[in-house]
Amino acid sequence: MRCYMPVVFDDTPWVRKDDLVVVHRLRTYYTIKPGFFAKPRYVRAVDDISLGIDRGITLAVVGESGSGKTTLGRTLIRLLDPVSGEVYFDGHDITHMKEEELKKIGFRRRVSMVFQDPYSSLNPFHSIHFILEEPLMVQGVSAEEREERVFKALEEVKLTPPEDFINKYPHMLSGGQRQRIAVARAIITNPDFIVADEPVSMLDASIRVEILTILKDIQQRHKMAFMYITHDISTAKYFSDYILIMYAGQFAEYGPFKDVVKNPLHPYAQSLIEAIPDPDPSNRLRERKVAPGEPPNLANPPSGCRFHPRCPYAMDICKRQEPPVIEARPGVFVKCWLYVKK
Amino acid sequence: MALLEVRNARLYYATTKGVVKAVDGISFELYEGETLAVVGESGSGKTTLGKLLTRVWERNVSVADGEIYLEGKEILHITEEEFRREIRWRKIAMVPQASMNALNPVIKIGDQMIEPLLMQGTSRDDALKMAMDALESVGLPRDLVNRYPHQLSGGMKQRVIIAMSIMAHPKVVILDEPTSALDVITQANIMNLLKKLKWEFKLSYIFVTHDLSLASELADSVAIMYAGKLVEIGGAEDIYGNPSHPYTQGLISSVPTLRVDKNLSFIPGEVPSLINPPAGCRFHPRCPFYRDRDYLKGLCDAKEPPMMELGSKAGRKHLVACWLYK
Ligand SMILES: Nc1ncnc2c1ncn2[C@@H]1O[C@H](COP(=O)(O)OP(=O)(O)OP(=O)(O)O)[C@@H](O)[C@H]1O
Ligand SMILES: Nc1ncnc2c1ncn2[C@@H]1O[C@H](COP(=O)(O)OP(=O)(O)OP(=O)(O)O)[C@@H](O)[C@H]1O
Ligand code: SF4
Ligand SMILES: [Mg+2]
Ligand SMILES: [Mg+2]
Repeated sequence: MRCYMPVVFDDTPWVRKDDLVVVHRLRTYYTIKPGFFAKPRYVRAVDDISLGIDRGITLAVVGESGSGKTTLGRTLIRLLDPVSGEVYFDGHDITHMKEEELKKIGFRRRVSMVFQDPYSSLNPFHSIHFILEEPLMVQGVSAEEREERVFKALEEVKLTPPEDFINKYPHMLSGGQRQRIAVARAIITNPDFIVADEPVSMLDASIRVEILTILKDIQQRHKMAFMYITHDISTAKYFSDYILIMYAGQFAEYGPFKDVVKNPLHPYAQSLIEAIPDPDPSNRLRERKVAPGEPPNLANPPSGCRFHPRCPYAMDICKRQEPPVIEARPGVFVKCWLYVKK
Repeated sequence: MALLEVRNARLYYATTKGVVKAVDGISFELYEGETLAVVGESGSGKTTLGKLLTRVWERNVSVADGEIYLEGKEILHITEEEFRREIRWRKIAMVPQASMNALNPVIKIGDQMIEPLLMQGTSRDDALKMAMDALESVGLPRDLVNRYPHQLSGGMKQRVIIAMSIMAHPKVVILDEPTSALDVITQANIMNLLKKLKWEFKLSYIFVTHDLSLASELADSVAIMYAGKLVEIGGAEDIYGNPSHPYTQGLISSVPTLRVDKNLSFIPGEVPSLINPPAGCRFHPRCPFYRDRDYLKGLCDAKEPPMMELGSKAGRKHLVACWLYK
């Protein structure tokens, strides 16, 4: 627990300035040109997102397909450039840093990403040994130390004995084993910040838990800042401290994980949580009260609150004006007109 | 009498590496208006079971046998001509895995929907009316018949596929992962729809899924599949409340729950090859009881466990194939 008053941004009071990763009013758009002479159009994939993640903390980023989760994650590790807003890493403003400057602060070593698809994220022509030692070679780590760290990483992801795996190629491994290699590769540089983008959504239930356990264990032991991107809140539950729910590229609700999941305030968050079944045979006897419809196209999002066409509580103002983010309960922030005091 | 009775069904595929025993001696019953969820991990043979029941099978099928009785009449060994005329779509329909992506983007929805009916000799006008009625039942506008699939969202496409399956008023609908590519809220909306259709038309579903949580949205009974075999089958209350096969137990403890707190655990190891499955109980190499109890050595790894009946709270037969219960 912090024993001092955290310094926060005035306009985004849920973001502490001294967290390891700080994102302030970030916007990342894709440009699409329908034709050579046509005016370019923008897909507003991340549109005004602010968050902070400190060492030892896991933030779950949850939302439906196309809500901008991957775009957000990729912008944080500078695989995409934002159009506005700032990203800070360990006190450095990295928003527009050039690759050499990033190198100077050790950024590429200190952040990494685990991708959703264990089939396409590993190069099929490289051996496991090479896949794991490559990030270390880039940094000029000695051969001897590389060897040691490859073995250690394999042990961390429970691929033991490591000798049985280093000479294999990705296609010789099962989906679960491949995803463990992806995790080993992500941790081999001892990063401070990991973005895990749907790391288990392509895996079967029994393997999923094994990977989640490994991730949680590594995150806690190394006190990393961890961003867990998923559309499945129930897997996030097992290690997330905070949750950010995104809708159509925007902020919907943010707060302590348990608090938000138990008592969601944003109408979208309420639907999202109501939609998730627990294994319970009485489910078959009841209907789920969820919002109708599907998320909008982000090249042409609805006016006002982007959720208004699906929202059961939509009022006149929701259609006209974008809602502000309000602290609706201590520590829980919601972007919805229902919580704005008149 | 059961609406559908499956006895010792088998379906094997011939491959260059050997024979894949994808469905290997499966028996169960399905009653009118009830849903049987078939749950198992990837590659356990769920889709193959669905294909066996609708007789849509690949060219490399090397064995397809057993008995399947629909309303008392055997339907696995009748001619393809008779099956097509009398059974497919009219009695047993299927929502195939990933089928919403199989809709042809440049053919009108109405034309795609009525094609199987035309092949069976229904007139175009009658078929179109059936299609529009079905669209209405799934909450879509009747004039959708004149639109093209590319104009629809994923959830709407899946509704079209479901409308197709109920168009000819079948008794049994096989739903193969009907929501797998959809978002959770869309999935919940589709589940609500499937519940409504089940009550409205007294449908019996065979609901194929890898997701035990989702299975409970529809299941009156649950069959757990492992490596081509049923390892446990029983009423939903029994399977969720008193899972008895070690595999079922492992699977349930690996399912995260949002509303109740519990510790998750996983089943070590991997699913076996279906070409050379382990002898005896196919689960024995991963089974914690086999590992810890000496008296099971030489039994589980040698002899296939028969289906044994356990007591039931759900008032349905609870069967388990495991030597622990002998
Ligand atoms: N390279 C791209 N060019 C144009 N638009 C893109 C591109 N990548 C993503 N988008 C669009 O940006 C929006 C956000 O996509 P993103 O992949 O970030 O969402 P997501 O929340 O990760 O979705 P999913 O759950 O499906 O992975 C979507 O509307 C998507 O179609
Ligand atoms: N035409 C085929 N030829 C050879 N093997 C096949 C064929 N179709 C399926 N198989 C194999 O049969 C087994 C069962 O496949 P099936 O598709 O029925 O599994 P499933 O339980 O539906 O899996 P999933 O959850 O991935 O859909 C798998 O090992 C699969 O690789
Ligand atoms: S702002 Fe309005 S439309 Fe948006 S979620 Fe809140 S009540 Fe619904
Ligand atoms: Mg994504
Ligand atoms: Mg399948």
